Amino acid sequence: MKSDNFLKLWVGLFVLAFFAYLFGPLILMSVTAFNSSAFPRVAPWECFSVEWFNVLVQDDKLMHGLRNSLIIGAGVVLIAVPIGLAGALMLTQVSARVRPIYYTIVISPILVPGVVLGISTLIFWDRLGSMFGAEYDSFFYDGIFLTIIGQSTFIAAYAMLVFISRLQRFDPALEEAALDLGATHVQTFRKVLLPFLKPAVGSAAVLAFLASFENYNTTVFTIVSESTLTTVLASKVRYGINPSISALAVIIVALTLLGAVIYEIMQRRELAAEKAAAKVAADAETAGVATTTPVATRASKAGAFADPAVFIVLLVFAAGLGTVYFAGTYGLEECKVRVAEQKRALTKKRVKERQTLEMFKGAAPSEDTGAAGGGQPKIEAKGTEGYRGIFDPGNLEGQVESEKNGKVEAKGTEGYRGIFDPGNLEGQVDSSEQQ
Amino acid sequence: MSANVELDDVWIRFGDFVAARDVNITIEGGEFFSFLGPSGCGKTTILRAVSGFLAPSQGHVRIGGQDMAGIGPNKRPTALIFQNLALFPLMTVWENISFSLEVRGAGKAERRKKADELLELIALPGQGDKFVNELSGGQRQRVAIARALAAEPKVLLLDEPLSALDLKLRQHMRTELRSIQQQVGITFIYITHDQGEALTMSDHVAVMSAGVIEQVGGGTNVYDHPESAFVASFVGENNLFSGKVSKVSADRATVETNVGNLTAATPKRSNGAKLKRGDDAYVFIRPESLKFANGSNSFDNTIKARIVQQEFEGNLWQVFLDAAQGKHIKMSMVNDGQSLGYDSGSEVALGFPSELAVALPRGPLAAE
Ligand SMILES: Nc1ncnc2c1ncn2[C@@H]1O[C@H](COP(=O)(O)OP(=O)(O)OP(=O)(O)O)[C@@H](O)[C@H]1O
Ligand SMILES: [Mg+2]
Repeated sequence: MKSDNFLKLWVGLFVLAFFAYLFGPLILMSVTAFNSSAFPRVAPWECFSVEWFNVLVQDDKLMHGLRNSLIIGAGVVLIAVPIGLAGALMLTQVSARVRPIYYTIVISPILVPGVVLGISTLIFWDRLGSMFGAEYDSFFYDGIFLTIIGQSTFIAAYAMLVFISRLQRFDPALEEAALDLGATHVQTFRKVLLPFLKPAVGSAAVLAFLASFENYNTTVFTIVSESTLTTVLASKVRYGINPSISALAVIIVALTLLGAVIYEIMQRRELAAEKAAAKVAADAETAGVATTTPVATRASKAGAFADPAVFIVLLVFAAGLGTVYFAGTYGLEECKVRVAEQKRALTKKRVKERQTLEMFKGAAPSEDTGAAGGGQPKIEAKGTEGYRGIFDPGNLEGQVESEKNGKVEAKGTEGYRGIFDPGNLEGQVDSSEQQ
Repeated sequence: MSANVELDDVWIRFGDFVAARDVNITIEGGEFFSFLGPSGCGKTTILRAVSGFLAPSQGHVRIGGQDMAGIGPNKRPTALIFQNLALFPLMTVWENISFSLEVRGAGKAERRKKADELLELIALPGQGDKFVNELSGGQRQRVAIARALAAEPKVLLLDEPLSALDLKLRQHMRTELRSIQQQVGITFIYITHDQGEALTMSDHVAVMSAGVIEQVGGGTNVYDHPESAFVASFVGENNLFSGKVSKVSADRATVETNVGNLTAATPKRSNGAKLKRGDDAYVFIRPESLKFANGSNSFDNTIKARIVQQEFEGNLWQVFLDAAQGKHIKMSMVNDGQSLGYDSGSEVALGFPSELAVALPRGPLAAE
């Protein structure tokens, strides 16, 4: 009994750790989007703010990249989904002996590294372009076109997998029945197979869009002089980021969650409707009479927005958005002023501390250890400061400034930034010991 | 409108496997024709050749006198009711029924009207707006029939459409199918491995075994005058005695069996060669043709046996007996209100007239 509880505890801990591992980074990052601090972080907390969402929207580069990503995503959906569908249908047509070979061939783009796909797409179209003597502004060298083509090569294979799994549940007798009733092959496809595949078309389109949207490996080569969201983000990381990136992440996470919830609700509805239908049929069978009960499945056919549960979810979501926006703008200015004042006060304190330190140093210039101790925190501080600020866009300017204003100013910003750094404390203790 | 169907020297092969061997059948327009045979004997294969889903490897399929070679299933005057019905799950009942009109480009009002007419015919009025999964098994069955009839075929092909139903519903649907056939007057080709079904509904039955048509004839003909050991053992119940032919006359053969010499009729037209002296042969006698032989009657065949068990089935007595060398014999007697007159364990003599028994060359039997 005891060991049982013990086991349960461990399992609980493991699950907790697992979820923390999965969602910890996401949650942390989402929180940073609402901190007014110029660098994405949770502590120190400055002001609850939604200004980073504004910054995000006003970031032209990012918006341009986002626009391109959306265009490319749409293009990839338009190309990859039909190709995937055709590939999956082909698989059902080829003879059983050829099937494994065919499958391996069509699935191979997934196994080829994205980098290779990117480079090969680039080279292929470049060669083709020069063969036709195309201009550099022709589509052979157009980043968006190349990216759509390059991504579609492997995303079509993803789409195909979705279709294959759906097709495996298709009863080929339905097709034969349609043919037998006089339908042409085209009519059979349109009226019987396509309606059956409709959910898979949706899934494949969403999957293709997401795969395209988040792709970097292939895109970074095929995009040439254009940019997508991922390439803009990558270059931003190189030159320093601010919480508007977190804001973007929050938006994406929120949309994903919303989509998942709505999907789940619709799924449950459908299941319930199916059960109800089965029950109706069973009742009819036992009663042996024609029942005229209202049709339960009709509910699942109605649009998503007619569904009360989905409507409520959307309403709650919108209300949440409104609240957050209100809270994030209300009293923001006062809070910022307060934080700035706090900063200033802290800086002042630091300056004073430094001054007294210098005074002591001046008082005991003969002490070797004292001189070394006085120098040490400075060096260490500089080092950590340089590290920590690597993502800070203001970092470069700050350094220039600090060079101009002298050591004291630099120490001031450093002190604030490092306020929670245990190493920093040590240094301080160190220096006070010297005192 | 009905059409006749001719299968002329039809062979169907899958690689080396022969699924249908030298099939020669003529099905008259407007008749109810059944293919009867055990699972895997090639019934569905033949039906698919008629409906156009597969081309015979050899031979011709003619419908209404026209050779169907190269004509696709959507161009043939046939409609097939599939073994699993294959109703369209994403369409309502009425959309299912009127599918054949839809693909011909008929307007919605016309389709709806036709669907309602057919729903009336299959006794499901007012059920058109349901989905297929909201119907019971028997109702689905009827919708499948209506959907096929809506195409106005000259030949309706039915592939064991009742096999999924429970016994009671099956019996009910049999009569219903038969009456629908008489109402619409088109040719029905019906496939089943249930002999009761074949015998009750059909004008003619073709008994199949392993790709070969063993016998074609009316129900009584197939039951009373089997022409091969397979047909005799597959259709209805039969007691079988094997032995060697000792004497042959014009329409009789005498066979030496474990239970003595038995004389039986030989069919006029038998699959394979006529029986000759010394041939291996089977004698078949139906349980209901056996009688107790006592002083008051005389038979040209008698068998000594001991009653092992008697089962009372209301209208019938089933009597199980053991003859010489442990040979099991089954006998059924109509319950005429009298007691059987014998107890289990009593030694009796069974008799039967030779014209009710049949002697056939030894050949493959139906698996029990
Ligand atoms: N496409 C095919 N390829 C190879 N063999 C096949 C094919 N279709 C059917 N067969 C074989 O042909 C034989 C007859 O099949 P068929 O489906 O006609 O049987 P059936 O008489 O309808 O049986 P059941 O009563 O079980 O439906 C079987 O042995 C089957 O394995
Ligand atoms: Mg079959």
